Amino acid sequence: MSEAVTALNGAASDGYVRVEDAGLCGMISLRGDLSDAKVKKACKDVSGQGMPAVRGIAGGLDGGIGWMSPDEALILLPYAEAPAATARMEIALKTVHALVVEVSDARAVFTLRGEAVREVLAKVTPADIATLPVGELRRTRVAQVAGAVWLSDETTAHLICFRSVADYMFELLSRSAMPGSEVR
Amino acid sequence: MSTRLANGGRLVNRDRAVSFSFNGKQMRGFEGDTLASALLAGDQMLVGRSFKYHRPRGIVASGAEEPNGLVNLGSGDMFEPNARVTTTEVFDGLQAGSQNHWPSLEFDVGAVNAKLSRFLPAGFYYKMFIHPRPLWKHVYEPFIRQSAGLGKAPKDRDGERYEHFYAHVDLLIIGGGIAGLVAAKAAIGSGLRVLVVEQTAAWGGRAPVDGAEIDGMPADQWVAQTVAELDAAENIEMRTRLMGAGVYDHGYVLGYERIGDHQPGASLPKHRLWRIRAGHVLTATGAIERPLSFAGNDVPGVMLASAVRDYAVNFGVSAGDRTVVVTNNDDAYRTALVMKEAGLDVPAIIDARDGGAGALGAEAEAAGIRVLKGKGIAKVKGGKRVTGVATCAMAGEGTPQEEIACDVVAMSGGWSPVVHLWSHCGGKLLWDEHHAFFRPDPERAPTGAAGEAFVSVAGSANGAMALANVVVDAAAQGVAAVKAAGGKAAKVAVKAEAEDMAAMAPVWMMPQGAKYELRTKMWLDYQNDVKVSDVQLAAQEGFESVEHTKRYTTLGMATDQGKLSNINGLAILSDALNQPIPQTGTTTFRPPYTPISMGAIAGEARDTIFQPLRKTPMHEWHDAHGAHWEPVGHWRRAYCFQQPGESVEDAVQREVKNTREKLGLLDASTLGKLIVKGPDAGKFLDMLYTNMMSTLKVGRCRYGLMCSENGFLMDDGVVARLSEDTFLCHTTSGGADHIHAHMEEWLQTEWWDWKVWVVNATEQYAQVAVVGPKARKVLQKLGGLDVSRDALPFMGWAEGEIAGIPARAFRISFSGELSYEIAVPANYGQAFWDKLIEAGEEFGVMPYGTEALHIMRAEKGFIMIGDETDGTVIPQDLELNWAISKKKEDFIGKRGQERVHMTDPDRWKLVGLKTVDGSVLPDGAYAVSEGSNANGQRNVIGRVTSTYHSPTLDRGIAMGLVKHGPDRMGERLEFPKVDGTSVHAEICDPVFFDREGEKQDV
Amino acid sequence: MLTLNCPYCGIAADETELSPGGQAHLKRFGPGSSEDEFEGYLFMRENPRGVHFERWRHSNGCGKWFHAARCTSTLEVFGTYSAQTVEPPAELRKTISEKRPGWSWGEFS
Repeated sequence: MSEAVTALNGAASDGYVRVEDAGLCGMISLRGDLSDAKVKKACKDVSGQGMPAVRGIAGGLDGGIGWMSPDEALILLPYAEAPAATARMEIALKTVHALVVEVSDARAVFTLRGEAVREVLAKVTPADIATLPVGELRRTRVAQVAGAVWLSDETTAHLICFRSVADYMFELLSRSAMPGSEVR
Repeated sequence: MSTRLANGGRLVNRDRAVSFSFNGKQMRGFEGDTLASALLAGDQMLVGRSFKYHRPRGIVASGAEEPNGLVNLGSGDMFEPNARVTTTEVFDGLQAGSQNHWPSLEFDVGAVNAKLSRFLPAGFYYKMFIHPRPLWKHVYEPFIRQSAGLGKAPKDRDGERYEHFYAHVDLLIIGGGIAGLVAAKAAIGSGLRVLVVEQTAAWGGRAPVDGAEIDGMPADQWVAQTVAELDAAENIEMRTRLMGAGVYDHGYVLGYERIGDHQPGASLPKHRLWRIRAGHVLTATGAIERPLSFAGNDVPGVMLASAVRDYAVNFGVSAGDRTVVVTNNDDAYRTALVMKEAGLDVPAIIDARDGGAGALGAEAEAAGIRVLKGKGIAKVKGGKRVTGVATCAMAGEGTPQEEIACDVVAMSGGWSPVVHLWSHCGGKLLWDEHHAFFRPDPERAPTGAAGEAFVSVAGSANGAMALANVVVDAAAQGVAAVKAAGGKAAKVAVKAEAEDMAAMAPVWMMPQGAKYELRTKMWLDYQNDVKVSDVQLAAQEGFESVEHTKRYTTLGMATDQGKLSNINGLAILSDALNQPIPQTGTTTFRPPYTPISMGAIAGEARDTIFQPLRKTPMHEWHDAHGAHWEPVGHWRRAYCFQQPGESVEDAVQREVKNTREKLGLLDASTLGKLIVKGPDAGKFLDMLYTNMMSTLKVGRCRYGLMCSENGFLMDDGVVARLSEDTFLCHTTSGGADHIHAHMEEWLQTEWWDWKVWVVNATEQYAQVAVVGPKARKVLQKLGGLDVSRDALPFMGWAEGEIAGIPARAFRISFSGELSYEIAVPANYGQAFWDKLIEAGEEFGVMPYGTEALHIMRAEKGFIMIGDETDGTVIPQDLELNWAISKKKEDFIGKRGQERVHMTDPDRWKLVGLKTVDGSVLPDGAYAVSEGSNANGQRNVIGRVTSTYHSPTLDRGIAMGLVKHGPDRMGERLEFPKVDGTSVHAEICDPVFFDREGEKQDV
Repeated sequence: MLTLNCPYCGIAADETELSPGGQAHLKRFGPGSSEDEFEGYLFMRENPRGVHFERWRHSNGCGKWFHAARCTSTLEVFGTYSAQTVEPPAELRKTISEKRPGWSWGEFS
């Protein structure tokens, strides 16, 4: 099989926060009743994580579940595993009213690293990033496009947006992290 | 002359000299100077010309209220017009130039307007330039354009960078003077997130200039100590050079931070726009001194008393050698004392009040300053600089009594609280008789999301004028604000001694009974040249509403938005209307408080990220292969791929031919792909589409139309049934997001009990249309999925691998050719495209763009959403009745299409159009018939919706909507062109090519 | 610039994260309805100064539609609630009555 490439093909920029393409990430979108036992089990089987509470994100990029809405979850897993995991989930949920769609290729994933990750994000989103708890997934507006952000620790943030705007997002975040534009 | 004093200047660093230029002249200043103080230090009082009469204008104020000192800064891509000299910090290499004069500041031809001023009264332009009409374009407009306007528009792209910053705080305190600092103390340890912002570079406001003592120490020391204390509080952020620009609904506040203005070349953003959400806002924005209206009050050298004092104390600059103070209140006496103490002459204090001042009056007299009580200024002498004043009795008509030589007139008409921010979001005002000013009415505060008062005011902005009152008010307001924001307030005890002060006396005109001749020389609005006589004329002509007077006279409509002129103008109007000031009311204060840069508003949204450009996985390849880009929503799609030496038109024609004869590839990734699943999915799609989708067989595709409830066509596309309960709906490129939203809307808000899930999978796939007689061959060469006619018939789809890449292939055709649309995971999109290009070489493969796509679909008579539809077209108009189910009881738009106007047989309907001479019809051209309508325009009976040169037929082809069109086959219509000639076209079948569809179904 | 609490994800959403959806509690009229009913459904809208019920979508967020009750003149928000209802909840109506006695809107009061 040919080489899969992300929209940014591994790009990174070093400002006062480092902005990097997180590379190929497996993602599965699940629409269904998140409290349903079969749904929870199917999600756990492919991600290793339990269903998070409202706005929560459990685990991380190589195995995680993000709460996207009351009836939508985003499964995170290694890219290569996603097609098979999607198929497994479909089988597991055959008798449940749920929709499982692989979206690994539909998104671009960024990792931001540095002391000031919250500050850089606060330049581009109206969400209250300063108080966003680690492990909470915030879907919001990122400048002019939709995005979802979370912090895995105080100096590492992750951001997911649509693949088609990956260049826009990279440029936006890189500029926001430009040395000299530190706010504090 | 104005000059730098030997000593003093609490804000300047005399060890750090900077050099700058003004109108090409090299000048020197110190670090900490504003451009205004540095100009005055270099005896540059004259800084500009007024807007209308081009009168010489000097610096009047020392802060954001300055009306005259507007300059052009920098050059090239760093050029900035209308910079206020009083708020511009000077730096090494700063270049400033005065504006609004020609040919030079010193000698201005336009000043002749001043001589004609009696012919240029209020409303002059309205009255003069109406008749005769033909003169407008070539005489009046050029004249007005020549003389109007402040500054120059920048010519180059702005070379600076800007950004936004979103801040969320519980309490925002705007203003870093004593009131703001005292109030902030209440928030120490409150557990609240607090932001304190100050528009200038220095904390403390006016108190240090006034020589105040707070808590038994000099104001400067108290300020330094308090700022340190607040800085140390973990929950409080302190920021200077950040102006509260506007207060909006639900605690939204815009802050304007100036970062790089005073340190160019430091690779900093120039400005940062703070987008603040505050639980509660406390404004401690101080007060602005009012000018007095006396004849000649615009001569350079007439300044606000507080400004004269500021320049001396803050910057060690004397505005002149001999200062006459003219006032209606005690505060201005401080200026006399400061100037005297600096060793300068103060020939007189002219006090309009018969009783004179309190303790400060005694102090002045003790210092040997002559105080004239019950007197006013009859007239200021001098042209480009004050040379003296003539005094008069305040009570009289202005008969001159005595001439006093001076080069500065320091005036004070009292103070007006800065209530702008309070007012922005609906806070109402009270007229305070005692101080003769408007102050916030605490009973009518701006209200927030929960109906609570979310703005409060502290200190002199709240009408607490003397320092002793300021600290008491600020402490109380600070505590209340902390509580309002949900915090626990710290105790605040700050003391300042009360002073013995006499009451101010309102003086709206000096002298009180000034004759007309004097009133025509009393300026209210310096920037827009509005005088006392203009406002009186407006009242006389019936402009009784303050809002009307404002617009008629342009009072307060300049870039300073009437910070100095508002109350004075209002008082003059009230007097002319014979009514009290509160009855006249005040004009509405609107954000921003002072002008903010367009760059700050745009923030990061410029050049490459002005707006998000959506790119398909093959975007870079297209770019490298001659793509001529076309915007489709936020997407960029290749219009065509130009080869070296080829025109766009030629490229398009070549692409069509190549696709029809050999093999073409189209990047169709932008098409919307929505996955709809559930037991009720079929029922749901039956409601969304005009045709029946629930009967579609698994493995098959069907073209469908979507309408709005109005019945109008809004989207179309091919639906594929993936499984018994799962459908894949293709939408138009521009439609994916809103059709997805449309589906969610109906599912969430109308049919929430239906079991249907939708996921927008548009970007999961790169989609390539492989089109042309050789399409099957190239796919078979790549190997994998069986794409033979039997295995994958027309309007079928199949899944598998092609060239080792997982793929879903749809046998659908928008070109009339043998065609496969193949979806692969987006991350493999480029690899798949590369393989197609490589394998297709032997078949003559070429990529084609959207224009070739359009031409091929038009040759086939396929409609395009956005061309044949415009939001008023129903499917029936497009002869698409075959795609409208008669069996369904309901679908979105069905009822709408039953309305009388929709079933009117006179509706224009889709037909093909063939020009008689083979030329291409102009896009959007109208067909005319006999007669004309009520407006004298030709009657129209149709219009062109799509028009192209067809390379296949080598002639112009078009589609259009024509009244009774389908019944008029063969008729010729006339289409007038913009050049006055007409094209004639024959009505024909819209399918121009392969009517039987033989080519696509092979 | 409003903030509205999304009842689905609990976010106090900025207006720029939301999309407005017009008047709430419209009753759909389809085929078989009279001209007046259909006109009312498609075109006739409340335009009050005061209490108003609207639809919003948390479009730059969880994607859910919800209802909001607010005052059009002061922008006070009385509450937000589920989109899956044909009328404002009783509790909310009570709250509004406390703040705006005598209010009425369409068929509700």
